[in-house]
This record gives sequence, C-alpha cells and structure tokens, in this order.
Amino acid sequence: MFGFANPERFWRLSAILLPWAWAAAGIALAVGLYLGLLSSPDDYQQGATVRIMYVHVPAMWMAMACYAFIAAASLVSLIWRHALADVAARCAAPIGAVFTALGLATGSIWGKPMWGTWWAWDARLTSVLVLLFLYLGYMGIWAAIEDRTKAARAATILALLGAVNLPIIKFSVDWWNTLHQGSSVIRLDGPALHASFLYPLLTMGGAYGLLFLALLLTRMRTEILNQRIWADQRRRAANEELRAQPEGGLTNG
Amino acid sequence: MKPVLSLFFRDVRLSLRSGGGFGLSVGFFVLVAVLLPLGIGRDLVLLETLAPGLIWLAAALAALLSLDHLFQADLEDGSLDQFFFAGEPMELLILSKIAAHWVTTGLPLAIAAPLLALLLNLDPVHWPALLVSLLVGTPALSLIGAATAALTSGLRRGGLLLSLLALPLFVPTLIFGAAAANRGLGAPELLICAGISLVALVLAPLAAHAALRLHVS
Repeated sequence: MFGFANPERFWRLSAILLPWAWAAAGIALAVGLYLGLLSSPDDYQQGATVRIMYVHVPAMWMAMACYAFIAAASLVSLIWRHALADVAARCAAPIGAVFTALGLATGSIWGKPMWGTWWAWDARLTSVLVLLFLYLGYMGIWAAIEDRTKAARAATILALLGAVNLPIIKFSVDWWNTLHQGSSVIRLDGPALHASFLYPLLTMGGAYGLLFLALLLTRMRTEILNQRIWADQRRRAANEELRAQPEGGLTNG
Repeated sequence: MKPVLSLFFRDVRLSLRSGGGFGLSVGFFVLVAVLLPLGIGRDLVLLETLAPGLIWLAAALAALLSLDHLFQADLEDGSLDQFFFAGEPMELLILSKIAAHWVTTGLPLAIAAPLLALLLNLDPVHWPALLVSLLVGTPALSLIGAATAALTSGLRRGGLLLSLLALPLFVPTLIFGAAAANRGLGAPELLICAGISLVALVLAPLAAHAALRLHVS
C-alpha cells in the first residue's frame, strides 16, 4: 500500500489501468443492461416495472460502498498519513453523491407505481437522504478550508463521524417497520432472488463498481495535475518576489 | 480538576452576561413556537398533535444557532492554545465547555418547553414526557453540535457549513426525541435517546479535540 503513496508511481499505474477500467465498465454495463432490460423475465407482481431494480439497486450499493471507501481512506490517512488516501477520499465524494442522488431518483420513480407515492419518510429513505447530506457536507468542508492538509484532516474527522449512518441504512429495514422491502441479496441466508434476476443485478453491480473505479482514477489523476499546477504557480510567485526585491535584499529599508 | 470546573463557570458566566447570548437562544426558541401556528394555521387540534415534534424541532434549531460561537471566541483570542497546555486532558476541558453550553442552552429550553406546550395547546398530561425527552436529548445535540462546531471554527461563513454538517447528524436524536415526547415516559425511544447522548458523551470530545488541533496548530 505504501508503494502507492508515491504520486509518480500512482500516475504511471493508473495510466496503464485506466483504459482497461473504462473498457471493462463499458462492456459490463452493456451486458448488464442487455440482460436486465431485455433478456430477464418480468416479475409476476410488478411486471416490467421490476427492471428499474437493475439501475436502482446497484446505484444504492455504490452510494454506500463509496461512503465506506471514503471512511476507510480517511482511516488510512489518519493512521498512516498516506499521501494519496486524502486525494482518493476527496475524489470519491462527488461520485458517491451522484450515485446517492440517482438511487433516490430511480427509487422514487419505482415507488410511484409500486407504493403509490413518490416519497415516504420511512427509515431506509430517510437515512439515505441523510447520507446525501453527509456527502454534501463532506464536499463542503473540503471546499471551505484553504489549506489542503488542514482540509484533509478536518474531512477525515467528518467522514468518520458520519460513518455511523452506514449500518443504520443497511439495517434500517430490519430494525424498523418500513415501506421499503427487506434485504434480498446481502443477507446471512444468502440471496433470496431467483438466478434470472440475480445475475443481471450482480452484473450491473459490477458494472457500476468498475465505473466508479474508472471515474475515481480519472479524478485522482486530475487532482494530482491540479496540485502540480498549484505548486508550480506558488514556486513562480515566490521566484518573482525574490527577483522583485532591490539589490541588497531584505536588509534594504 | 480545578481548571475544568473554572472553565465551566467561566463559560456560564460569560454566557449569562450581556452579549453572551443566554437570552437569545431561549428567545429564539419561543419565537419559533410563536411563528409555527402562524404558518400552520390556528387549528388547535392540529397544533396539539404536532406540538411535541415542533417543540423538538425548535430546540434543535435553537441549539444549532448557539453552537457557532462555542469555540470561536477562544480560538480568536488565543485561549484555546492555552487549553492545550493546561495540564488537564483536552477532552475534559472540551466537555466542560459543552456542559456550559448545555446548561445555558439545552437546560433553559427544556424548562421553557411547558410554556411553548401551552402556546401549542398541548395537554399538560404530556408535559412530563416532553420535558424528560428534552432533558435527555438536548445533551446529545450539544455534544454532536460541538464536534461539528470544532470542525468549522475559524472559517468564514462557518455558520452555514455548520448547519449543513450538524443537521444530518442531529437527525437520529431528533427522530427518537420527538418520538419519545409523543409516546410518553415509558417509551423505548426515550432509552434510545439516552443511549445516543451517552455515546455522544464519549465520542464527541474525542472528535472535537482532533478538530481543534487543526485550527490551533
């Protein structure tokens, strides 16, 4: 892991990995969408509407996985001062926020025909909405503090404080009487879905995961470039200041 | 122990003096309760049903407003740096500040709650549940709020960011507190609310300590 703390090395590795990640994401997405939207059966109760599951459920998986990733990266940053962990967490946040928003939107679209309402204040929906605000707050604190190192430390604390929401989201359907259905895939007894639904769902889950990886690597590379530009600008500004001083330097009046 | 106690009394005294903001949070609390029927409508039956939740909401917002200045003044005049060298564990000093905040915010709100209950037509039979839920839940608000206030202390426009950070973290306390106020004294939600306060009692000073280190360095 510490080998990857070197930005140069990360730059080279990600340059190799990135095209493959995009390609794999594209293929998995194509296969998953075909399987989900065209080749899988209708549900006996929901009919064709069940196909929203193939975009809604993976989005929500990724929303939670992204936050778990941010919390883990924050922990790594806190304990080992890993240089790229902060960058990774910062870059993952907008991706996670968009996944959460997409999940909420697709869930809402699914809820209207199924439950008769666009929204309900049950435990699962409320805790996911709170997750969205946690993402926004996390992005806000990065933006609010100018010093990069200070911002990283503050964001770390915030990410770990908010991580308490993740088990609440996961177990909300077990702990409370919710409108949202219970866990069907990630349970102790194994998935309760039939294979004809499960395999397209898992394919889409994998596709979203690969998409996250590709987007994350792209954002991290951009962030490293940004830091180089910023450091370069500071260096130039410092050089100009030195040159602008009259002969004799600091001792002059 | 002495620095911890003297810090507590200092903060309480500062808050009680003019400009300290003691009356302001209670005043805001009462004002919100006055505005609510103007917005919702004067139907007394409706107000009675909504009263416990609305009072809890007003308490959460009032707590939020006074959190902004919790660490601000000490950060600006440099006394926060001195706390790190006080010889007492920083977490205890932070706890004494939070305790002072609660005594001047959460506790008065809980005491003023029956007045609001009167304005919102809540039957006096329900007042004990409301009072106890506020007494048990407002420490959680002070603690969690203090941890986020430590993160945003010293920032320009930190107040807005504080609201964005603190309110999602207030949500569990608000949900269980309002449910406890609605259900009555025997409700399990009251115990959960107490549990949240206790967990926050342990974790919030740790988080606040880590956050204050950043702004002091």
